Amino acid sequence: MNNRQFAPTERLTARSRSALYWALADAVVVAKRQIRQIPRVPDELITAMLQPIIIVLLFRYLFGGAINVPGTSYINYLMAGAFVQSAVFASANTGVGVANDLKRGLIDRFRSLPMAPSAVLTGRIFADLLRNIFVILVTWAIGLLVGFQPAGTFLAWIAASALVLLVSLVFSWLSALVGLLIPSPEAVAQAGIIWLLPFIFASSAFVPVSTMPSWLRAFSEHQPVSLMMDAVRGLLLNQPASSALWQALVWCGGMLLVLIPLDMWVYGRRTAR
Amino acid sequence: MTKVPAILAEGVCKSYGKTHALAGLDLVVEAGSVLGALGPNGAGKTTAVRILTTLLKPDSGRVEVAGLDVVTQAAAVRERIGLAGQYAAVDELLTGYENLTLFRQLSHLSRGVAKRRARDLLERFDLVEAAGRLVKTYSGGMRRRLDLAASLILAPSILFLDEPTTGLDLRGRLTMWALIQDLARSGTTIFLTTQYLEEADHLAQQIVVIDEGRVIATGTADALKAQVGGERLELTLAPGSALDVAVEALGPYRSGEVQVDTAKRHLGVPVTHGAEHLAAIVRDLDAAQITLTDLALRRPTLDDVFLTLTGHTATEAKEVAETEERQPATRRSQ
Repeated sequence: MNNRQFAPTERLTARSRSALYWALADAVVVAKRQIRQIPRVPDELITAMLQPIIIVLLFRYLFGGAINVPGTSYINYLMAGAFVQSAVFASANTGVGVANDLKRGLIDRFRSLPMAPSAVLTGRIFADLLRNIFVILVTWAIGLLVGFQPAGTFLAWIAASALVLLVSLVFSWLSALVGLLIPSPEAVAQAGIIWLLPFIFASSAFVPVSTMPSWLRAFSEHQPVSLMMDAVRGLLLNQPASSALWQALVWCGGMLLVLIPLDMWVYGRRTAR
Repeated sequence: MTKVPAILAEGVCKSYGKTHALAGLDLVVEAGSVLGALGPNGAGKTTAVRILTTLLKPDSGRVEVAGLDVVTQAAAVRERIGLAGQYAAVDELLTGYENLTLFRQLSHLSRGVAKRRARDLLERFDLVEAAGRLVKTYSGGMRRRLDLAASLILAPSILFLDEPTTGLDLRGRLTMWALIQDLARSGTTIFLTTQYLEEADHLAQQIVVIDEGRVIATGTADALKAQVGGERLELTLAPGSALDVAVEALGPYRSGEVQVDTAKRHLGVPVTHGAEHLAAIVRDLDAAQITLTDLALRRPTLDDVFLTLTGHTATEAKEVAETEERQPATRRSQ
């Protein structure tokens, strides 16, 4: 090799570490960048926080009186739906961020650096995951304020919160895919939400599926978002829901197994133009 | 040991559907030199830069940067190059200093050396005071300087500048020129694309003219200008001043045939080093009792170069070749 004349002026530490180390380290750097930006565009976080507050208050006081649920108070029933729905909607922001990253010249700079290419996506999703912890805490706070009384053990509530976080991770990867496929961030903001609505509302989120016509019930009972809500509800209210929990975990795991490589592949195709 | 060129491209092709962005591009840039790639929007300049900086894979052809293949040794190439350009690829929601820190960390540089370098760069690029402010509050010139600073965080031996002054005002452009000249003097190999002949002339020893994805002319700025015909002095005479007397007075300065328009009382005079001789020309005309109503020194523009080399102007070329640029660059105003 006679390209010594162009050698980097200082030793890059990259050689002494594995590719996996740098994939993680770079993701943390990108995530830090994202988190640092949160207070600089506060509207995004405020919207994500207002979302569960509005849903809980609206359903608790406006519809709550008209909806009967067997065996528990409506607010106790509602909370699982509120948790999952807030997590899913908050995750829709991931795609908008991805579309923004791609639109600006910044992505070219990232790609011209000796960084792990995957970190642009994984870093953003990691940051969104941290933000979603915050959204989950806000949901807990508003729920407890308006009379939510979870049953069972503290450990089960932690498990329920962890499951909600897992759901938000799945939907972040899904949203990132939307962001990678649709070039305009504005369009991503629209399209990222609309197709989720049937999954959110045709579910066990706000009313028991037993109240629905049979054709809708068949969908609502078995679609993944419902299963995730049922699993969360089982954990929050100390109800036996092991089948829903097991199915929800399989859905989450399966979706991640498909989505992560798919996102990476589409990302590679999108940026190499 | 033979000397490896810093940049080598042979027969590089890249198509987007039916549009041939690059149709057999050949380039050689010697280590330590500055090459200016001159061409209109859509000529293929940005595509060339993206291929040379590993962002884009060529359809065919051989491309080596720092003696390394840009496709099979992309990671090693990225450790040796810097890229700055018209899109000012910096994060608006971070401060200037945070931007440099971000790129330093993602370049896997050790903290000590890189931190000192980030501070040096901010100082050199006159961004110390702005370093703590969010980039979205920066002016266009400041963004471009930060972008250039970011591209230097790795202290690359080869630097790619894609239209580094497009859209900047005169002051911003002069500042960028000075910074680029400093880098060239310190031995950095620079590949620069531009739409301005003046810019290529000012910064680059060697110029390639790119049109429709191909190099259509290579040479020094002077050679290219000689080919195009250099500068032109445009004069309009006041009524009562004799045209033939004026032509005679201009004799020592003209470098070609004088064009005379009797009806408009207009003279077009090809000259070399017109700016240096302007005062003397005015004095000589005055001594010959010639009164002027208008006097202008016109430098050859990109359009002149293209007209000479291709028979069509740069603006026409823009319409012919689908633009590969991802957003329209600011129009030239000269």
